[in-house]
Amino acid sequence: MSTSWQPIAEIALDVQSGKIKSVDLVKKSLKAINDNQEYKAIIATLEENALKRAAAIDDSISKGEKVGRLSGVPFIAKDNFLVFGADTTAASNILKGFKAPYQATAINKLEAEGAICVAKANLDAFAHGASTENSDFFTTKNPHDKTRVPGGSSGGSAASVALGLAPFALGTDTGGSIRQPASFSGCVGYKPTYGAVSRSGVIAMASSTDVIGPMANSVKDASLVFDVMAGKDELDGTTIDRSPKGYQITDNNIEVKGLKIGIVKEYMGEGLSDNVRQVIEDAVDKLKNAGAEISEVSLPSLPNALAVYYILCPAEVSSNLSRYDGQRYGYSDKSAKNLSDSYMNSRGQGFGKEAKRRIMIGTYVLSSGYYEAYYKQAQTVRTKIINEFHQAFKNHDFLLGPVAPTTAFKIGENSKDPLQMYLSDVMTVAANLAGIPAISLPAGQVDGLPVGLQLMAAQKKDRELLELADKTEGLLK
Amino acid sequence: MSKLKKEDVLNLAELVRLKLTDDEVEEFIAELSAILDYVEQLSDLDVKGLEPTNQVTGLTNVTRKDEIKDYGYSLEDLQSNLPDSKDNLIKVKRMLN
Repeated sequence: MSTSWQPIAEIALDVQSGKIKSVDLVKKSLKAINDNQEYKAIIATLEENALKRAAAIDDSISKGEKVGRLSGVPFIAKDNFLVFGADTTAASNILKGFKAPYQATAINKLEAEGAICVAKANLDAFAHGASTENSDFFTTKNPHDKTRVPGGSSGGSAASVALGLAPFALGTDTGGSIRQPASFSGCVGYKPTYGAVSRSGVIAMASSTDVIGPMANSVKDASLVFDVMAGKDELDGTTIDRSPKGYQITDNNIEVKGLKIGIVKEYMGEGLSDNVRQVIEDAVDKLKNAGAEISEVSLPSLPNALAVYYILCPAEVSSNLSRYDGQRYGYSDKSAKNLSDSYMNSRGQGFGKEAKRRIMIGTYVLSSGYYEAYYKQAQTVRTKIINEFHQAFKNHDFLLGPVAPTTAFKIGENSKDPLQMYLSDVMTVAANLAGIPAISLPAGQVDGLPVGLQLMAAQKKDRELLELADKTEGLLK
Repeated sequence: MSKLKKEDVLNLAELVRLKLTDDEVEEFIAELSAILDYVEQLSDLDVKGLEPTNQVTGLTNVTRKDEIKDYGYSLEDLQSNLPDSKDNLIKVKRMLN
């Protein structure tokens, strides 16, 4: 049973005016979480802390104080965000019981505007996966069909929003981990320009592509959350300046008429299921009818993007996961006789299979003798892909395509073959390699399962992309 | 013919400090070889004249002042996750047998 929420900006206004109590919103969210346990979207709740924060906000308001733009709005963070008051596990056994000694910048910014983190959502361990089946704890179920996956890695976050457990959730997107679950579970998922949101306090996966983004019921909601989180942070050297106009979409006056939108040819070809294609073509027709100038555009190196990603991502993963050594935090094998065994056993027992696979592959492609052939070649093909995006954006304001080749697949369907699972990312990884913003919008359903439409823009055109997405959302309704 | 042999997988596991079970070693010989076969597709691509990309938004040499800042982290919180400690120090197993 899905719980519904008003638009986020309205909730915050109602809290400010005293029309609704922050505490009641948190209780509503906690009840929804409790009522939907069968979907296994949540790893842990922060009931005590959340209620305390809500009471403090209600108290400020009763004293006539001005509160923030997200006051009283409950939200759910993927469990790779460090949040005070709850364990942060990244859904991995090696981090079971890890208490965040500091908090992610994104969480601090949301809290400063009055938002309240009520729970931590399930994911593929360390965000390695496309279904949550790689979670070391349990698999989340798709809100539309319990025998299917919600997508991943931000599958718990996507299911949370689709089930109405909170008005918004946070995800991370390294190769598609916000957009693909948004498509599978049926919510808006926004992957901003690389560096738009600080990643301080978020467990690193592949640092050259990792971004943080919102998952929400509407583009306007997502834009507000993104606006609050975006900006430079001295704790993350890759962060970039905000757009002077900000990112929140309120009154949207842009004209779809005359916008040049390119359909990415390589995403509409072989491998795309017919029913997903139909939903995308219907969406294209609606944009055409609204006056958009739509044409096909080819980026010939896109079919190689997945191979580039599955060299670069494991390489960076193998480096980022080297810190889990069983000595400073996380799981440690107490029975080891010496330090070397302690490293070997703690990591061997603490990491799940997918993390191990990526550590091994990543170290292989970085090792002397193979570095040039794999890693350097992949970084160079990455340049080729980036150049093709530049070229495409010379003649097009935006690009469009599906998010994933299929609707949500069955639990267990792809989990035996890692390479098959990697193919879930085939239409999302290129945006990460190029650092460009991309969004997944619910575009329709096939046999009761949601299908996402992907819109992409050039780097730092986040505001423009959100404006188009908001208009498109209206056309798709 | 698998790209990786058993000794390759065992050698890699040693390098990355992962104690693998016998079953994992067998699985990884096949799975990692399949992944390497898949990514091999890049080797034939023409990348003449192109430089590798390491940073996508064009940032270089992001620096900050070398000064101590108090972020309010408590020693107690930072130590609360230590598997083993003694006198405010991290305690590890002996290095020599």
